[in-house]
Amino acid sequence: MSLNRDQINSIAHLARLSLTDAEVPVYQDSLSKIVDLVGQLDAAETAGIEPMAHPLPGLAQRLRPDVVTEKDQHELYQRNAPQTEAALYLVPKVIE
Amino acid sequence: MHNLTLAELARKLRAKEFSVTELTKALLARIEAAQPKLNAFITVMAESALAQSARAEAALKDGSAGPLTGLPLAHKDIFCTSGVRTSCGSRMLDNFVSPYDATVVEKLNASGMVTLGKTNMDEFAMGSSNETSWYGPVKNPWDLKLVPGGSSGGSAAAVAARVAPIATATDTGGSIRQPASLCGVTGIKPTYGRVSRFGMIAFASSLDQGGLIAQSAEDCAMVLGAMSGFDPRDSTSVDTPVPNYVAELDKPLAGLKIGLIKEFFDKGLDAAVEKCIREALREYEKLGARLVEVKLPALPLSVPTYYVVAPAECSSNLARFDGVRYGYRCQEPKDLMDLYKRSRGEGFGAEVKRRIMTGTYVLSAGYYDAYYLKAQRVRQLINQDFKRAFGEVDVLMGPTAPDVAFGLGAKASDPIQMYLNDIYTIGANLAGVPAMSIPCGFVRDLPVGLQICGPHFGEGKLLNVAHAFQQVTDWHRRIPAAFDREVLS
Repeated sequence: MSLNRDQINSIAHLARLSLTDAEVPVYQDSLSKIVDLVGQLDAAETAGIEPMAHPLPGLAQRLRPDVVTEKDQHELYQRNAPQTEAALYLVPKVIE
Repeated sequence: MHNLTLAELARKLRAKEFSVTELTKALLARIEAAQPKLNAFITVMAESALAQSARAEAALKDGSAGPLTGLPLAHKDIFCTSGVRTSCGSRMLDNFVSPYDATVVEKLNASGMVTLGKTNMDEFAMGSSNETSWYGPVKNPWDLKLVPGGSSGGSAAAVAARVAPIATATDTGGSIRQPASLCGVTGIKPTYGRVSRFGMIAFASSLDQGGLIAQSAEDCAMVLGAMSGFDPRDSTSVDTPVPNYVAELDKPLAGLKIGLIKEFFDKGLDAAVEKCIREALREYEKLGARLVEVKLPALPLSVPTYYVVAPAECSSNLARFDGVRYGYRCQEPKDLMDLYKRSRGEGFGAEVKRRIMTGTYVLSAGYYDAYYLKAQRVRQLINQDFKRAFGEVDVLMGPTAPDVAFGLGAKASDPIQMYLNDIYTIGANLAGVPAMSIPCGFVRDLPVGLQICGPHFGEGKLLNVAHAFQQVTDWHRRIPAAFDREVLS
C-alpha cells in the first residue's frame, strides 16, 4: 500500500510534527514500506483470540491511599522549562 | 585492572590491592582516551564519581560497605540522574537536567556503586545501530568502521572496550541483547515488571524493561538483585521477592532441557553464525543438557506485530514533549500550534518522527481495528507459543542476531532492513519473558551472541545456564586488541 502526500501531511498534523518539503517524500516511502510490512499480520488466523495489551495478564491496577505524598517542588521542576513567569508556564497567546 | 570482571574487582578492592579512587581514576582516564574513537559516552560524571568513591572508601573502612560498594558502573542515558543531564540521545532533551533519580539509579547509588557517566544510545532507544543518536554514532570496539548495535550501543561498546566493567541498559525489542551480541559482551533483559521503569524515559511501556550489559553472567547476577524489586512508583512493577541470583549461579546443568527455536534457524541466518551457535549448543550437551527442537509458529510475525505495538505506544508516550514544560523549544513560535509542531519537528530526529507517525497512523480512526487490535491478537498468539514451549523445556536457545556487526551507514537508509536486525529478539519483549545474550564465538573476527530465553521470572535459571557456559569457555574474556592494555592513548 502506498501513502500519498496528503496522508503524510495529515498524519504529521495529528502527531503535531512540522515536516520540511524534503521530508515528506522520505516518509511517504518509508511509511508505505512499514504499512506493507505490518500487512503480513492479515495472514494470521486470530478469530476468538483475546487481544494482549500487557505481558503480565491478571495483574490488577494498584490503587494507593488517597493521601498527599509529594511535596511542592515546582521551582525545581520549572528550572527545565523554556519560559515561566510567576510559577506559570508561558506559551504564545491562545485567546485573542 | 582493565581486564578484570566486576566480581574480580570486588575481591581486589577488599584485598586492598588498589583503592576505589584509584580504580575510578583509572577508568575515567580510559573513558576519556577511548571517547574520540568510540563516542560511547554522552556525559562523563568525573566529579561526582570521585565523591562517590571517597564515600565508598569510608564505608569499606568503617565496615558499613555492602557487596557492591565502590564498584564502578555506567548508566544508559535513558535513566534519569538527579542534577545531571539526561538526554535520551535526543536534541529534545539536550538541555534537560533531571530533577530526580530513576529508581534503578537510586537503588544502585544506595548500594554504594560509583557512577562513571551516561552512555550514548539511539535516540529515545529507537534504533539497532546507535546511528540515530543526536550525539553521533557509537563505534564498535572490535572494528571502528562497524556499528555496535543498538539502542544500548554506548553501554555495550563501553563494556567491550573495558572502559566500564558494567552498564545499565534497556530493551524494548532487543536493545540490550543485540548490541551485547555485536560487541561480544553479556546482556540480560529481565522479565517485564522485574526492574522498575520509574525514571526510565518511556518508549513503549508494555515492552520496555531495564537490565544490564556486563562482562559475565556472574557480574550481571551481582547487580541485577540490587536493581530489581517492587516499586510503588511504577504501576506495572511486580511485587514478588527478588531471589539471590548469585546463589543460583553454580547449580549443575545435568538434565537441563534446552529448546532450540526452529523458526530462528531460518534462511535469514548467516551460515557461519549458525555454525558458531551449533558449536555452543554442543558445549551445553557436554555439560549434561538435552537439546530438543521446538516450534513457535507465530514467532515469524513478531517483527510486524512489534512495528504496530511499539510505534503506537511511542506516539502516545512521546506526546509529552510539547516544548512547554521542559525540553527543546523552537525559536519565535507564531502561535501555540506552531510551537508544538516546530519544537517537535526540530527536536526529534528522523527515526523518532518515523515511529511517531507510524504509531499515529495505526491508531487513527478507521485503522485501529485493522492494525492495533489485530497486532494485539497476534501478540497473544506469540505469547501462547512461548507459554507452550516453556511447558516442554527449561530454556529456549537460538542466535541473538542474524549476523555479526554491520558497517556504519550500511542500513541507515532502509528502515525495514534495520528493523529485521531484531527479528530474533522481539519475541521475548512481546511475551514479557527474560532473555540474555552471551558471547559464544567469532565469525570473520567479530563476536557472535547466543540467545537464551526463560519463562517469566526465570532470571536465576538464565544466569545459571549462562554462567555454566562461561565456566568452560573464554569467549566472554576476549577483549578487542586496541583496548586490551592498561593505559589507552
